[in-house]
Amino acid sequence: MQESFLTTILPQLAAGAAHTGALGFAFDGLHDGEPRIRVPWREDLVGDPDSGVFAGGLVTTLLDHIGGLAVWTALDTFQPIATLDLRVDYMRAARPRQDLLAQGLCYRLTPTIAFVRAWAFEDDPADPVAAAQSAYILNQTREPSTRAAA
Amino acid sequence: MTDILNCMPYARFLGLQTLVSGDEITVIMPFADKLIGNPMLPALHGGSTAALLEMTAMAQVAIIFPSPRLPRPINVTVAYLRTGRPIDVFARARISRAGRRVAHVQAEAWQEERAQPIASLTAHFLLDNQG
Repeated sequence: MQESFLTTILPQLAAGAAHTGALGFAFDGLHDGEPRIRVPWREDLVGDPDSGVFAGGLVTTLLDHIGGLAVWTALDTFQPIATLDLRVDYMRAARPRQDLLAQGLCYRLTPTIAFVRAWAFEDDPADPVAAAQSAYILNQTREPSTRAAA
Repeated sequence: MTDILNCMPYARFLGLQTLVSGDEITVIMPFADKLIGNPMLPALHGGSTAALLEMTAMAQVAIIFPSPRLPRPINVTVAYLRTGRPIDVFARARISRAGRRVAHVQAEAWQEERAQPIASLTAHFLLDNQG
């Protein structure tokens, strides 16, 4: 992907809010045009203390957030968006005490809605811990003729 | 029973508090700056509300079906209904059906008015019936 204003602010969009900062989110580059976030493993973000595995709620937050980055990447601009809904399938337990990555793709933009798929994994996107399907509403209606999924 | 969430590090990270009355649990997420996702509005991060709903559902399942292991989510669907304002959030869950292995749970989160939920959750949990 070409360097653009949006790509320069993706790290800020990934981690700049109080919540994402507190969770330790870090932008981890674009991979085949898909934004990626890394969450370094931390003891206080674990669900079941016996397992040492990130809490489901953390994974949901991560997938919600990477979806937003995927939408802005597809638009190649920042604009206010809001998650309408988000479905997360937990495919397997995450590996204990390991960083988690998430990557997302906005595969369709309408003038008002963005549709996203996203995955959370340790190292291989083809072996996901969790997968998400989500829809976001765009606060500024786009020109219907513009195709953003280049 | 209120220890269910207290033993989960992520629930402590979010500052969750629980109230149990009979077999119903209410979970409170007191407002904290670190829950903010949009500093411009300001608004809570949707993920913090989703995590609250998920842990409320999990705790409700654990109360009705006590087990040595926490119920594990199979999938969760969250609908965001209103912007989460920078004030406390409350959540309650209801088990719609529980079979031998799977429980279907619905949960809602609200702020000042219960009738104006900010988010709703539908989830399946895997029950551990071995214990």
